[in-house]
Amino acid sequence: MTELLPLAILMTSLGIAPVILALPDGWSRLRTALNLTAAGMKLALVAWLSWAVAGGAEFGLSLEIAPGLALALKADALSVLFLALSSVLWLLTTIYAVGYLEGGTDRSRFFGFFSLCVASTVGIAMAANLFTFVVFFELLTLATWPLVVHRGSAEAHRAGRIYLVYTLGGGLALTLGAVWLYALAGEVPFLPRGVLGDLPQTDPLAVTAIFVLLIAGVGVKAALVPLHGWLPVSMVAPAPVSALLHAVAVVKSGAFGIMRIVYDVYGVETVEALGLALPLAALAGVTILYGSIRALRQDDLKTRLAYSTVSQVSYITLGVALVSPVAAVGGLAHLIHQGIMKITLFLAAGNFAEARGVKTVSAMDGMGRLMPGATLAFTVGAFGMIGVPPLAGFVSKWYLGAGGLDAGQPAVIALLAGSSLLNAAYFLPILHRAWFRDPPEGAVPKRRIGWMLALPPAVTAALVVAAGLLANAPFSPLGWTRFIVSLEYL
Amino acid sequence: MTSDLVYHVAGAGLLAIALWRLATCRDTLRRITALNVLAIGIAMVLLASGHDPATGVTNPVPQAFVLTGIVVLVAVTAALLALAERLEGSSDE
Amino acid sequence: MNETSLLVSLPLIAALVAAAWPRAATITGVIATLGNAGLAVVLAIRIGQGGAEAEALGGWAAPLGIGFAADGLAALMLVMTALVGLGVSVQVAGAPLPDAGRTGQRTAFWPLWLATLGAMNALFLSADLFNLYVTFEILGLAAVGLTALSGTRTALRAAFDYLSAGLAGSLLLLLGVALAYATAGRVDLAVVPELAGSHEGRVALGLIFAGLAVKAALFPLHFWMPAAHSSAAPEASALLSALVVKAAIYVALRLSIEGGAAVELLRLVLAVAGAGAMLWGAWHALRADRLKLLVAHSTVAQVGLIALAIGLTTGARDGTIWRAAALLMLSHALAKAAMFLAVGRITEELGHDRISGLNREELRPGAAEFAFAIAAISLIGLPPTAGFVGKWLLLDGLIDRGAWPWVALVLLGTVLSAAYLARVVSRCLRGGPHVAPGARRPAWRAGDAAALGLATAALALGLASALPLTLLDATLT
Repeated sequence: MTELLPLAILMTSLGIAPVILALPDGWSRLRTALNLTAAGMKLALVAWLSWAVAGGAEFGLSLEIAPGLALALKADALSVLFLALSSVLWLLTTIYAVGYLEGGTDRSRFFGFFSLCVASTVGIAMAANLFTFVVFFELLTLATWPLVVHRGSAEAHRAGRIYLVYTLGGGLALTLGAVWLYALAGEVPFLPRGVLGDLPQTDPLAVTAIFVLLIAGVGVKAALVPLHGWLPVSMVAPAPVSALLHAVAVVKSGAFGIMRIVYDVYGVETVEALGLALPLAALAGVTILYGSIRALRQDDLKTRLAYSTVSQVSYITLGVALVSPVAAVGGLAHLIHQGIMKITLFLAAGNFAEARGVKTVSAMDGMGRLMPGATLAFTVGAFGMIGVPPLAGFVSKWYLGAGGLDAGQPAVIALLAGSSLLNAAYFLPILHRAWFRDPPEGAVPKRRIGWMLALPPAVTAALVVAAGLLANAPFSPLGWTRFIVSLEYL
Repeated sequence: MTSDLVYHVAGAGLLAIALWRLATCRDTLRRITALNVLAIGIAMVLLASGHDPATGVTNPVPQAFVLTGIVVLVAVTAALLALAERLEGSSDE
Repeated sequence: MNETSLLVSLPLIAALVAAAWPRAATITGVIATLGNAGLAVVLAIRIGQGGAEAEALGGWAAPLGIGFAADGLAALMLVMTALVGLGVSVQVAGAPLPDAGRTGQRTAFWPLWLATLGAMNALFLSADLFNLYVTFEILGLAAVGLTALSGTRTALRAAFDYLSAGLAGSLLLLLGVALAYATAGRVDLAVVPELAGSHEGRVALGLIFAGLAVKAALFPLHFWMPAAHSSAAPEASALLSALVVKAAIYVALRLSIEGGAAVELLRLVLAVAGAGAMLWGAWHALRADRLKLLVAHSTVAQVGLIALAIGLTTGARDGTIWRAAALLMLSHALAKAAMFLAVGRITEELGHDRISGLNREELRPGAAEFAFAIAAISLIGLPPTAGFVGKWLLLDGLIDRGAWPWVALVLLGTVLSAAYLARVVSRCLRGGPHVAPGARRPAWRAGDAAALGLATAALALGLASALPLTLLDATLT
C-alpha cells in the first residue's frame, strides 16, 4: 500500500484537474471544496511521506513506455524537500486564488490548469529518472501557459507568447540533451553522486555538450541570465499565478532541475572534473547581480519583484555550483526560503493591487497605515530577502558565504555583500514609503480584503520567521537540507 | 526485335505526351484524355516487356496486369467523367 | 475464414449492403465498423503472442493466388484504422438529424467509408506488389467519393484533382510493378532487395516510390492534398488525412524494411522529399487563414516528418527509427482525426473557420477546442503523448547514427509545428476585452465526444507505447 504513496500524491492534483476543467463555471462552491480537499489531502500525504523517508523508507514505482524508457517515480530526501514546499504553498495559493478570482470569468479553466501545474511540479519532484523529469517539465510549461494568458488581454497574450517561446525552446534543448544522454548511457536514473560511470572519461566532449544543453533547458525556467526574459514579462498574469511562477512551481522546477542534473545525473565531482562547476557558479553570480541591478530601476512593483526573483533563484544555483557541502546546504535551504519569502511578497503585492489599486512603488505611500497586515507581511518578506537575521534569508546567505570560503572562493563573500546591499537598495525605499509617508488624500479602498486574501501572506510571513528562528529544529528546511547533503557528499 | 522496339518507343512517346499534357493543362476533359493516353502508353510498354524475342514466347502475366489496369482505368475514367459533369453543372460559391 | 480474410470481406460486403439499402446504411455501418475493430484487436493480440501469419486466399499458392500476410506492423495499422474509424463513425452516426440536403450525404458516407476500410485492410494485409496496386485503386475511388461528399464546387474540383493525381500515381506504380515482374519474375515483397541489384530493378523501384510519393503527397508532389483535405466534409477530411494518406506511407515503410541496405539511395530521396514536405507544409500552415487549411497543411508537414523518419531507417529490422516512424504514424492518425473532427465542430458552432476570428466569438465550443489542443500537443510531440515518445525514439535513433543535420531538421520541424498550432490554441484561450463575461457554451454533440476520445487516445497512447512497440517486434523477417 505505501509503495503507492508517490502515485497517490501525484493523483491528488492530477486526477482532480480534468474534473475541475469540466465543471461549469458557476459551480464555485463545489470547485472550491474539491480544490481545498485535494490540497489538504496532498499536504497530509506529503507529511506522511516525509515521516517515512526520514525513517529511511524508500518508495519507487515505474511504468515501461518503450525499451529502456520508463516513467518512474520515487521519493528521496531531495524530492521531499520540494514536495513539502509545493504542497504547503499550493494549499495557501489555492485559498488566495479562490478569494482573488471571486466573481471572475473562466475560473474552472483557471483552477483546472492550476491543479495540473501543481501535478507537474509534484511529478518533477518525484521523477526517478531523466525521462520522467522531462515529461513533467514539459507538462508544466503547457499547464502554466493558460494561466499566464488568463486575463485574455493583448498584453497577456504577448506575455504568453514570450513565455512559450522561451520555455518550449528550453524544453527542446532539454529534450535533445536527454535523448543524447540516453543514446550514450542507456538509462539515466537519478542517484546520489551521479550515474554516468566512466562516460565522462571516454567521451568528455559529448558529456560536456549534453551538460550545457540540459542546464540551458532547465536554466530557462530557473531564469538564468540570459534566459530570464520571460519572467518579468509574465507579470501581467493574476497575482496567484505570479506566486505559482515565482515560488511554488516554475522557477523552482528549474532550480530543482539544476540540482538533479548536477547531483544525481553527473555527480558534483564529475561536474568539477569536467571544469563545468566554475562557469556555472560564475553564471549564477552574474545573474544575481544583474537581477538586482535591474530591479533597482523598476517602478512597477511586480516587475521589481520579478527581477528580484531572477537574482534570488540563482543563490540556489550558486549553492549547487560551489563544490562545497556547506554551500550546498545554503543553496538547498534557499529553495525553500526563497519560496516562502517571495510568495509572501507577491501575495501582499496582490492585496495592495486588489484593495487599493496600488501597482507601482511610487504609489506605496502610507500603505502601512492603510493596510497594516499586508504591509507587515511584505516587510517580513523584504527583510528576509535582504538577509536580516534571524529571518530565513539570513540563514541561506550565511551558509552560502561560509560555503564560498570552504570552496576556496572568497569572492562569493563580496558577491553576497554586494547583492545584499542591492537588495536593501531596492526594498528599503518601498518600506520607507509604506511606513513613513502619509497616504494620499482621499484614498478609498477598491474592495474589501476577505480572510481568503489576508490569511495566506500572514501564514507565509510567519513561516519566514519560523524558518529562520527554528533553523536548527529537525524538520526545518535547514535541518532537512543537511540530511540531503550528507547523502550527496559522503 | 524491331516490332518490340516499336512498341517500347511508341509507349514511351505516349507516356511523354500524356505527362506533358497533365502538367500543363487544367481543362477537365483534356486531363481525363491525357490520363487515358498515359495508361495506354504504359500498357504498350508492359505488353512489349512480356514478349521474349529470343524464344518468341509471350508471358501471360504482364497481359493480366494490363487487363487489370484497363478495368481500373475504365472505372476511374467513369468516376472522373461523373465528377467533371457535376463540376460543369454546379456554379455555386 | 479467419480474421484475416474477414477483415477484408466484412467491410466490403457491408459497403454493398449500405449502398443497396440506404435506410439501413447507418446501422450497417456502425455494426461493421465495430465488428472490424473487434477483429483487428483479436488479430493484433494473436500476432503479439504468436508472431506473424501468412495465408493464401482460396488455397491458391503464391504465383497464381492472392497471398495475405499479417505481421506486427500490419496489425498495428489495422488497429489504427479501426480506432480512427470508430471515432469518425461515432461522429457521423451521432450527428443530429440534418436537413434534407445533408441526409443524402450521410447515407452516402457509409458505403464510401466501408469501401475505404475494406481497401485499407486489404492493403495492409497484402503480401505482393500487384495486390497493393489493386487495393490502392479501390482505396483511391472510395476516397474520392469521400472528398466529393459535401458536393460543393470546391470539393468537386478538389476531388477531380485528387483522382487524376491518384490515377497518375497508380499508373506509375503499375508500371513499376510490371517492370519489377519483368526483371525478377515475381512480385512478392521479398523481391525488393533482388530488384535493387539490377539496373531495370532500380528503375522499377524508383517508379514505385514515385507513385507512392504522389499518393502520400510528398514534396514536390503534394499539390493536390491541401485542397482535397480542406474542402471535404470534416468527417471525410478526418479519414483522408488520418488514414488514407498513411496507406502510401505504410507501403514506403514496408518496402524500406524489406529492401534493407539495398535501397539506401531511394530512402535518401524519400528523406529529402519528407524534409521538403515538412518545411513546405509548415510554412503554409503558418500563413493559412482558415482553420481547415491550416490542419490540411499540417498533414503535409507531419507526413513529411514520417517520410523523413522512414527515409532514415538503417534498414535493420531491430532498428529504432522505423519503430519510431510506425509510432508516429499511429499517433498522427489519432491526433489528426481528432483535430479534423474538432475543427468540424468548431466550424459548425461558429459558422466559420477563420483563425483570426476565433477569439472574438462569444460562443465557446470548449470541448472541441480542448480536443484540438490535446491533438496539437501530440502533433508537436510534447509529453506525455505518443507523438513525444515517437519523436524521442526518432531522435534517439538519429543520434545513434550520428545524423546531426537530420536531428536539426527534426527539431526545426518541431519548432515550426509548435508555431503554427499555437496560432490556433492561443486563440482558444479567449477572455478579456473581446468577449462578454456571459459567454455561451453550446450543447454537447457526438462530435465533441469523438474528437475528445481520439485526442485522449493519442495522449494515453504515450503512456502505453509499450503495447504498439511490442507488437512491432512481431514484424515479418
